Amino acid sequence: MEANEQLTTAKQLLDPHLPKKIRIKTLTKSTVISRSTLIILALLSVYAFFSFDYKQLDIGEVVLSTFANLKAMFLEPHLKHFSFTHALYQVFVTLGLAFLTTLFGAVIAVFLGLLAAENLTNKRVSSVVKGSVAFIRAVPTVLWVLIFAVAAGLGSVAAVIGMTFHSVSYLVKAYSESFEELDKGVIEALQASGANWWQIIFQAVIPSSLTYMISWTFLRFEINFAVAIAMGAAAGAGGIGFDMFMASSFYLDIREIGAITYFILAIAILLELVAIRLKKKLKVNG
Amino acid sequence: MQANYFAKKKRNTLGFIAILGAVTLLAIIITEYNVVKGFTSLPKAVEWGLANFYPTQESLTKLPDILDKLIETLLVSIAATTTGAVVALLFAILGSNTTRVNAFFGGISRGIATIFRNIDVAAWAMILLFSFGQSSLTGYFALFFGSFGFLTRAFVETIDEVSSGSVEALQATGAGYFSIIFQSVIPSSLPQMISWILFMIETNIRSATLIGLLTGSGIGFTFNLYYKNLNYDVASLVVVVIIAAILFIESVSNYVRRAVL
Repeated sequence: MEANEQLTTAKQLLDPHLPKKIRIKTLTKSTVISRSTLIILALLSVYAFFSFDYKQLDIGEVVLSTFANLKAMFLEPHLKHFSFTHALYQVFVTLGLAFLTTLFGAVIAVFLGLLAAENLTNKRVSSVVKGSVAFIRAVPTVLWVLIFAVAAGLGSVAAVIGMTFHSVSYLVKAYSESFEELDKGVIEALQASGANWWQIIFQAVIPSSLTYMISWTFLRFEINFAVAIAMGAAAGAGGIGFDMFMASSFYLDIREIGAITYFILAIAILLELVAIRLKKKLKVNG
Repeated sequence: MQANYFAKKKRNTLGFIAILGAVTLLAIIITEYNVVKGFTSLPKAVEWGLANFYPTQESLTKLPDILDKLIETLLVSIAATTTGAVVALLFAILGSNTTRVNAFFGGISRGIATIFRNIDVAAWAMILLFSFGQSSLTGYFALFFGSFGFLTRAFVETIDEVSSGSVEALQATGAGYFSIIFQSVIPSSLPQMISWILFMIETNIRSATLIGLLTGSGIGFTFNLYYKNLNYDVASLVVVVIIAAILFIESVSNYVRRAVL
């Protein structure tokens, strides 16, 4: 094979007029799949636009009224049905829901994450845990909350437990992946020195992936804040989301929604800035 | 020295745990979370679920109707993601440090994306409900705005990560701006971007359920209808259908991801 290639190059060198084919784009499996994915997605989108249930909306009029609404919302926000301090308090309620969910989720996820990491347990336990976690993730959070609401009643208990399910499955995936990145030699060395499983976990596995765990957990906290707003709106969990739902569905007050949106935006951007700073700091130390 | 180190470590850990405990207590008080109820409701919920929450023979007659709504929801999510991705690509190219035209436009496009990303899709749904009413377009635009914001951030990171070296090399050869974008930046970041788009579709299907609940359309509305009527066997069938759809799409996108990346 190699000799043949050398022969052809030699022939090409001898005869400069021999047409040389330079094929830049080859149809490999990955390009075929990536292109067909894009084409299928585009076709499905086009089909979707034709199949939408437009309910005789006049698009031009609707877009204009949306702009008018957005203008009223962002430029003339006001609070009519509750005070500024009430809104601030409700923001903290939402933050509290997000915090509790993240905390419970993180604690459970550490243990399940250890079981899900292939290098710490065996392959069977790992795939069982990972599979059940994927199953939990497939159910949308709001359905978990509503299912729990039947047993626990609408409120913070159902919201926190329902949201914890998703946090657990998300964090188990993140934690177990960072546990699996741990060098095999470290575990072997500790095993050889007679350390038991718990000692390996607390002296090697967790300290070495702590920075990852912190940044993933904080990311989940950010997500949980957004989820907690949604649950307040959809599942009566309280907090600023519930006020937004009331403003939207009962008072039909777009300006109040604007004011609430500013609150949410302020907290969300603040959390993002903290996350960026945290990431930088952890990178420097780690 | 060593004793000092361990003492300090212990102090830090204790301090961290104390702060965590205080914040937890505060959160429990402020959200009126009932800890005891939290623990007791878990077995109660399982018991109730086993007794009531499973599809029966009768509920299967509703299956065609449910599948119809499911397909509608899937299509809305996919359409919102792809159109969001196209706009996000434009903003990401303008916003990325390697490909931006200048710092001013870069800052603006990233700022717009930040605002869109940080308003949750549920909030967008409630805002858009005013003008679009209970049509598919409410959900579509809510998901579109959310996908646009998230994908812009993801694409900016992808472009920065993948193509800073090749952009510099092409600039050195004197290639024009558009040929750099189309010959180097997009082809080299495409696999990563496809992976993000697929991730976004998965996320959007879950969010679409929530939006459907809020705006009265799609599979979320179907669930809510049966749930509110205490028709739990049909509601559970809806959940099963959603799980099946999401797991199916996850496996397809995992396959594509493995082939592409």
